[in-house]
This record gives sequence, C-alpha cells and structure tokens, in this order.
Amino acid sequence: MELVISLAIGIVFGSGIWLILRPRSFQVLAGLMLMSYAVNLFIFVMGRLWVDAPPLTPAGSTPNPALLADPLPQALVLTAIVIGFATTALYLVVMIGSRGLTGTDHVDGKEPEL
Amino acid sequence: MSLHWTQHLILVPVLLPLLVGAVLAPLTQGWHRLKYWLSYASLLGLLATSLALIFMTDGGHWQDGMGIYLAANWSAPFGIALLADRLSALMLLLTAVLGLASLHFTRTRWGRIGVHYHTLFQFLLMGINGAFLTHDLFNLFVFFEVMLAASYGLVLHGYNAERIRASMQYIAINLAAALLFLLGTALIYATTGTLNMADLAARVPLLAGDELALFKVGATVLALAFLTKGAMWPLGFWLPTTYAAASPPVAVMLVLMTKVGAYVILRLWLLIFSDGAGAAAGFGGDALLYGGMATIVFGAAGMLSTDTAGRMAGYGAIVSSGTLLAVIGYGQPALVTAGIYYLVGSTVAVAAFLLLIELIDRIRTPRSAMLALTMEAFAVEDAPDEPTGRGVPAAMAFLSLAFAACALMIAGLPPLSGFVAKFSMFHALLNPQVDGAAASIPASGWTLMVLIIVSGLIAVISMMRFGVRTFWASGATEPPKVHRSEVAPILFLLALSVLMTVQANPLFGYLARASDGIHRPGGYIYRVLDAPTVPGPGSAPGLAPATLSPQEAP
Repeated sequence: MELVISLAIGIVFGSGIWLILRPRSFQVLAGLMLMSYAVNLFIFVMGRLWVDAPPLTPAGSTPNPALLADPLPQALVLTAIVIGFATTALYLVVMIGSRGLTGTDHVDGKEPEL
Repeated sequence: MSLHWTQHLILVPVLLPLLVGAVLAPLTQGWHRLKYWLSYASLLGLLATSLALIFMTDGGHWQDGMGIYLAANWSAPFGIALLADRLSALMLLLTAVLGLASLHFTRTRWGRIGVHYHTLFQFLLMGINGAFLTHDLFNLFVFFEVMLAASYGLVLHGYNAERIRASMQYIAINLAAALLFLLGTALIYATTGTLNMADLAARVPLLAGDELALFKVGATVLALAFLTKGAMWPLGFWLPTTYAAASPPVAVMLVLMTKVGAYVILRLWLLIFSDGAGAAAGFGGDALLYGGMATIVFGAAGMLSTDTAGRMAGYGAIVSSGTLLAVIGYGQPALVTAGIYYLVGSTVAVAAFLLLIELIDRIRTPRSAMLALTMEAFAVEDAPDEPTGRGVPAAMAFLSLAFAACALMIAGLPPLSGFVAKFSMFHALLNPQVDGAAASIPASGWTLMVLIIVSGLIAVISMMRFGVRTFWASGATEPPKVHRSEVAPILFLLALSVLMTVQANPLFGYLARASDGIHRPGGYIYRVLDAPTVPGPGSAPGLAPATLSPQEAP
C-alpha cells in the first residue's frame, strides 16, 4: 500500500510540475490542480496509513487511542482543500480576464515571436 | 472566573479587520466615503491596540513580556495559541502605521476605482496581523492564504493588461509556494506529531536518525515557501514585476508582506533550531546567510540595471530582504536586534518611496519622458531650453526633498534611520560575542559588511541617476497636481523615520529586549504549554487560577 500511494502521489505531482512549466495558462491551471491533489493525498498519508481504524470516537464508551486513526490530518486536509479550491478558482478568473484583455492564453500575455 | 479584559486585546488585531471588512463588503460604491472612514476607524483601532500591546508586553503587565490567548479555551498543544510578545507587537504597530499611510493615500483616487478595495484591504490586514500573532503552523498557513488571497485582489485593483500579466505570475508562484507550505507542514507533523510551535520546539531535541532527517527535509520545504514570500534569490524573481505593476498604496502593503516571510523565518528558526535543539541546532543558518548574501547581490545588480522607479523600489525591497535573511543566518543576538531595526526602517523607507513614485510620475509629461530617453541614447550634451528665472513650485520642492530623504534612507547614508541601522549592524558584526566573550570575525562577516556597503553605494548611484534625470534634466516639466491627502502619508512616513533616528536609543532598548525574548526559547515553551485555560462555570468554584493551572496544564 505504501508503494502504491507514494507512486500515485509522485506521478500526480510530477505531472503537475511538468504542466505548470508549460506556456499556456490553462495548462498551468491544470498543473496547479494536479499538484494540490497530490499534496492533499500527502497530508492524508502523514497521519500514517491505517486499515479499519475509525477517525472518530464511538459514543458511549471510553475510546482507546491506539485503535483510532489520526483525525488531525483529515481536519487539515479539509481546510487545505477549501483554500486550494478558492485560490484556484481565483486564478481561473484572472486567466479568463487575461485571455479577454490580451487576446492570447500565453502566460506572458503575448505570443512568442517565431 | 474569566480572563482579564486585556487578554482579549490579543485577538483584536485579527477580529477588528475581519468584522469591518465583512461590514464593508455589501456596501455599494455610492457609499465610498463611508467605506473609507470605516476602514480608517478600523486602522486607528489597530494602531491603538498595537500600542497597547507594546505597553503591556514591555511594561511588565505580562510575565516575560508574553501575552497568550488560547483560542476557544483549548490548552496549548491541542488548540490554537495566539501569542503577543515584543516582536509581534512591534510588527503589528508597523502594519497599522503602513496601513494608515496606504489608506490615507487612496482617499482621492485609488479607493474609488474598484468596489471592494476597502474590504480586501481589511482582509489583507487581518491575514498579516494573524500571521504575526499565531503560533501554530497550520493556522499560520491559513492566515498566509487569507493575506495572499486578499493581495491577489488588490494587485489586480485598477485592472489593466500590465497588472493582469503580473498577477498571473504572482498568483501562480504563490499557489505553488502554498503547496510547498502544506508539504512542509505535513512532513513536520509526520515526524513530530504536533503543529504548535512551542510544542514543536520542545520535541525537536528528542528527534534522532531518520526522523530527524525527515524533519529537516520538512523544515527546508517549509522554509522554501517563506523564502519565496521573502524574495530570497533565486525565488524572488516575481517581486519587481509585481511591485511595479501594483498601484502604489497596494505596493506599500506588498513591501510589508515580503517582511512577513522574513519575520516567520526569524521567529521559527530561532525557536526550533536554537542552541538547545540538540542535533538540529543551527540547521540551515549557513543557507540563510549565503542565500541572503546572494539576494543582496541580485537586488543591487537589479537596482543598477533598471531605470523605472517602480522596479527600482522592488529591487530595493529585495536588497533589504536579503540583508535581513543574512542577518538571521549569521546567528548573533546583537545583530538580530540591529536587523529588526533595519527591517522597520527599510520597510518605512521603501513604502514612502513607492508612494512618492506616483507623484513624481505626474511631473513627467510624455514629451519629457521621451526627451530623457533620447538624451540617454544619443548622449545629448546641451540641456534643452532651460527655464530661467522661474521659481520652483512648492510641490516640486517637496517632491525633490522627499525623494532625497528616501534615497538617504534606502542607501543608508546619515543622518536618517538607514544609517543608524547599518551602523549598528556593523557594530554588531565587528564585535562578535561567543558566550559573552569577544571572538574573532569570520570571513563571512567581512563579506557581509562589504556587500552591505557596496549595495548601499549602488543604491546611491541608481537613486541619484533617477533623481537627476527626473528633477534636473527632465526638460519640459509641469508643476505636478498633488493632493494634500497624498502628500500627508509621505510626510508621515518620513517623519517616522526621523523619529526612529532621534529616538534610536529607547527603540534599541526595546528591540534588544525583543531579540532577547526570541533567543530564549526555553521560557517561551514553558509559558505557552503551561498557559492556564479558563475553568468552566461549574468546575472548582472558589479556586484561584494560580492554583488551578498546574492541574489544568497537560
């Protein structure tokens, strides 16, 4: 499981890096989104990988901490998703504005001279 | 039993701008006068709060000069701890002062262009203040994002092609840096199991082997995020473009945001990698020192190579940021004291210069700008029809004098605050203390001194070149139309710089105590982790909080 998830994170993050180095703003946006998915997965993994461990304590009994998954990464990832989503949406708006104002989707706002 | 009311003051710098920003959001532009004054009232409130916090941290009101606020009454490692000490109180004051100057400048023109300028401005203040107060890594991320999201909107304020191009890069860079921030935080949590800075500092000495290596990787990734914000070479390439593109009052706040990155590095590094941190002690100090030096070189070269004032101010900010990072990396308490003075002084100087640039631009008619270019390109020697016998308009005199003052401050020449800052840095570099005894000066110390002197010289050359071209050799100039509300903030910032010079002695006393506080992480850890929560209404009636606190503390 460790190998699968680390490969998944690595591939997604690597693709994201390749995309944000591209000259078209849509590719940059897609790259940033891929990277944020990879980072969110990474935050999940930082609480270690667990199988069959509930994140919340059951009612009516004294919980044993050893049987529970670490709930903090889940709380953090929720915040990170919300913030990442909002800032990515903002970037999309700026991207559309740039497209309308400059007439090109190149990140420099002008087509490279060939 | 409840907290003393002064304890709640720690939360005011975050809550006040948040509430005012929320109130301003639904108001339409027809209310722009009301919006301006509400925003102004909020800033005056922030100014008063930060002054009160300074008096309370420094006046012995709180033990060790630290006021701790446990959010939602959760005790320290579990909840979010906000902490005001001398350094954060000073940074809050700097934020309020620069915010006031920036807001005053927007009165006649900039505040009316966009609908939500004042709302975003308040949210930006909330983010900056929160970053200065919070002592929890993830909460720091949240405040960073609040600050950045507001700044994206503000950089776009007044919407033109140049601004949109600059913000595309600015936003992309900062989103990538935010992802690095999360990665670093995740690694630090994975190795230490905590995000509270005091708890973290207490656990770092216990790390060893693989855990320590992983922790160092996490800290490095985290530092990359702050250093991108703090514009260390090679991560600061976005800065001059963004600064030059943003409207002047926004650029003033951007200058401050660059310092937030340096502030976090200062706070976090001295805390986590202090001398008491065992195997991790002093980690990354050399990287900060040499990175800072490279940043000074990059900024100085940039200053020399550019001829637009906005970019020059941006490179000036890079130089000051590099100096600060090098000072932190050098690792000497007396130098850090001088470094904080330099931080405040250079921020005020660059801010005043950025506001001044807009007024200076108004005296250059399109014809004169072209003329200046032609003179440069073809090396025209004779001055074009010099106006004789005409008195200098008062506005011109003000602009040139204010420009000279800014140049003196940025270059670090006497008699203004820049010189005091550099002099005290040299004093600390030339009198190194190791465990209270005099020691020899390492080569890196000499290099740093040479770099600071040379960067000052380059600043003089480029500022003088710009000044001569603008005020003397510009040919056809018109007396600029400046408004009183635009002159006042510049005068205010310059007066502040003079005040910093005149009152350097008490200021240095305060800064030395601030620097001493952040150099002693032991007391800080103890105070934060032992901070008592407020007992509930039903529990332990009649017991004084002092007797409760040992049981309440984890």
